Amino acid sequence: MSTAKEWLLDQSPSSKLQASMGSSYRMMRQLVRNPLAVIGILILLILVLAAIFAPIIAPHSPMGQNLGARLLPPSTEYWMGTDELGRDIFSRIIYGARITLVIVTLVAVISAPLGLLIGAISGYFGGWTDKVLMGITDVFLSMPKLILALAFVAALGPGIENAIIAIAITSWPAYARISRAETLTFRNSEFISAMRLLGASHARIITRHILPLCTSSVIVRVTLDMAGIILTAAGLGFLGLGAQPPLPEWGAMISRGRTFILDQWWVATMPGFAIILVSLGFCFLGDGLRDVLDPKQRGS
Amino acid sequence: MSTDISKSHRLKRTVLSLGGFIIVTLLTFIGLMAITFFIGRVIPIDPVLSIVGDRATQEQYDTVRLALGLDRPLIIQFISYIGDVFQGELGHSISTNRPVASDLLKVFPATLEMATLGIVIGVGVGVPLGVWAAAYHGTWIDQIIRVFALLGYSVPAFWLGLVGLVVFYANLGWVSGPGRVDIFYEGLVEPRTGLLLIDSALAGDWDVFWNALDHLILPASILAFFSVAYIARMTRSFMLDQLGQEYITTARAKGVAEWRVIWTHGFRPIRVPLITVIGLSYAALLEGSVMIETVFSWPGIGNYLTVALLNADMNAVLGATLVIGAVFILINRISDVLYRVLDPRSR
Repeated sequence: MSTAKEWLLDQSPSSKLQASMGSSYRMMRQLVRNPLAVIGILILLILVLAAIFAPIIAPHSPMGQNLGARLLPPSTEYWMGTDELGRDIFSRIIYGARITLVIVTLVAVISAPLGLLIGAISGYFGGWTDKVLMGITDVFLSMPKLILALAFVAALGPGIENAIIAIAITSWPAYARISRAETLTFRNSEFISAMRLLGASHARIITRHILPLCTSSVIVRVTLDMAGIILTAAGLGFLGLGAQPPLPEWGAMISRGRTFILDQWWVATMPGFAIILVSLGFCFLGDGLRDVLDPKQRGS
Repeated sequence: MSTDISKSHRLKRTVLSLGGFIIVTLLTFIGLMAITFFIGRVIPIDPVLSIVGDRATQEQYDTVRLALGLDRPLIIQFISYIGDVFQGELGHSISTNRPVASDLLKVFPATLEMATLGIVIGVGVGVPLGVWAAAYHGTWIDQIIRVFALLGYSVPAFWLGLVGLVVFYANLGWVSGPGRVDIFYEGLVEPRTGLLLIDSALAGDWDVFWNALDHLILPASILAFFSVAYIARMTRSFMLDQLGQEYITTARAKGVAEWRVIWTHGFRPIRVPLITVIGLSYAALLEGSVMIETVFSWPGIGNYLTVALLNADMNAVLGATLVIGAVFILINRISDVLYRVLDPRSR
């Protein structure tokens, strides 16, 4: 055990693997010292486990209707009550974790690399490329995100895929700004000039030497944005423009429960708690990550 | 002599920066229009088909296509679209069967009224909370305010609206329910500004005023929650920066009373950066009102937008997007300029 630790904390790592494992180990140690970050990690762990093991955890089927058990209040049989078709709300929330996870993952996978690349290209080449790309970025940034996403979904048509595309389209500009700012700080450094002298192509310099250095600040920002992405996705679901019934998407579930809110409060409120919990988890983790990866911005 | 030069110099600089402000704002507006144009004309596979339906004859199809000007090159279409927008021509809404521009003019005051009360509450609660948290930095008070502020980033607005309705309207009965006024008060006051509180106060009709306030207070407070969270968080962080400065230590060492250290020495310098935060927050409230208005059946622009969305009424959707986007951009730009005018260091 102690040798593994020594290997990880070695001041002069002998391989690339050892160096990167060592730095992630140091980061993890710093991260777990922050209690809120630990809570965030635990919440997200629960989310991932719930998504993977949904069929085992959920006591009932998320789609199976049982009209004999409509709108039952929370009980030992139905932990969070049942909805208007007699479906167990707890089971639906567990299965809904899958949808939430898919949405946030896909949005991150689409928008973060897009923003990174646009920002790095813009910062690296400068001049007109920079002006045009940042002009487009600024226009997107100056727009309210939710409204823009709504307009895109209106044109693309309702549905979970289109909701993901719309949210991704509205998320990338912030990442482009960040990675451009990072790129500007080292575009004239010696290691970049050295690579150029060695004959590396622009594409190689950007992908191999610039992007990796921008990644950590973008990761922090993506984690902090996750709460907003979840809220937007839930909002689209609530308006009937995101995931379509009978999918157990949390926002859509709240929308269904709206009709019964005065008498059967649990139908609409329970999925809301799930949304809050997961969003808070991302906020906590994002705050912790920022302190570790991006100490410059600490406290802001 | 030298003062003369510096005066004319300053004037020149003011004119230049004003010109720059107008140009940048205009360019951003055109960018905004490029986005709505793209959404309205480029993404739909066939805008003609969505108007005439798929059982139309070729002739009908061609007439509509010509009427929409779709036979022209895209860039010409875009330029004529910009011309239309600047003339206030936003097309016809298929769900209300009226011009979108006049619809928007009618619903916008309701949103403005709610967002304005929201930002007033947001500043009134958020700023003291932030200062309080900073003054008690690191204690449990600070922690509670911090978690409360993070909740503002994690609670869905529509959910909080529903919960608010259940608790304060249905169970406690403290406030009135959805809508702007009770049904028998509707249309009693002549709409002068469109802001119901001001109209009813001007008309001296206090029954309507109190009823309208009763309807407004819950959605506005829920909307305000989100700006309280944001403003408190930013105020706290600005205050912490200030309170860490050496002149604060000097003031404390001199024996200045603690409340004076906080409010006079600490708070005064952060008023200027707070303006930007409040501006951003106000603009965000206009956006947040979309969800709240849907929940509270509030006849504002957000409700108009969601009804249009559900009816696939693209002209109304794009018109509302344009207006909300334009107001958003304008508020952001103005708070940016205010910051520069008020803070001598940024000049």
